[in-house]
Amino acid sequence: MSSLSLSRSRIERRALGAGLLAVVLARPARAERPGLREAVLGFTGGAEPVEGGVALDIPPLVENGNTVPVTIAVESAMTETEHVRRIALFNERNPQPHVITARLGPRAGRARLSTRMRLATSQRLVAVAEMSDGSFRSASAEVIVTLAACVEG
Amino acid sequence: MARALINLPRTARRGEVIEIRTLIQHVMETGYRPRADGSVAPRDIITHFTCLYNNEEVFSVELAPAIAANPFLSFSLVTAESGILAFTWTGDNGFEQTETRSLTVT
Repeated sequence: MSSLSLSRSRIERRALGAGLLAVVLARPARAERPGLREAVLGFTGGAEPVEGGVALDIPPLVENGNTVPVTIAVESAMTETEHVRRIALFNERNPQPHVITARLGPRAGRARLSTRMRLATSQRLVAVAEMSDGSFRSASAEVIVTLAACVEG
Repeated sequence: MARALINLPRTARRGEVIEIRTLIQHVMETGYRPRADGSVAPRDIITHFTCLYNNEEVFSVELAPAIAANPFLSFSLVTAESGILAFTWTGDNGFEQTETRSLTVT
């Protein structure tokens, strides 16, 4: 009788532990702001972009958020039949999710774009490319900003 | 007229991929920044940039307030024939500026 109740309490304790672990594991590493996801899906027309095939190059540690160099390069042959139609960059925590949207075609030769952007705070950036076959590819990068844009003007 | 810098090769071989870098002087006021009196400075940015190669669009971008002041853009194109490259920036408050460069293809 006593051994039965002991084993039962042990099982309950284990179940509780497993439950807690499941809660910890199920929680995403970082909650994505709805604006970023909506902006990405607005660009893709509801399609979920596939990770990979895009290189998003930005310094991981930024001293001055007022001007941050960023380069997006997409793997593509850039021929009439297979090229990149559009490239867009989105951010997570600036006042607006959009950064830049480029339209290009086979005459661009290379699917590569560089600019300089503002970062209001440490955040995640997502680059999405629309390919000529209608598929979408993406890449993301985490950036830590020590001096934010929009603070000192 | 805002000062614009455009960097591209003067001559190129046919079919070569050349890189073009452009920079234009512009404040790119975001529309979120408070002024000294507490009011918010209205948005004043460049919203579009296009590059025409012999009157055919080869590259265009839409810019958001998240682009840094004096917007810099770097992109590439495939040379086909000698001709004129026209770069146009348009933006808020009727901003419009076009710069042209000639490209000799050998």
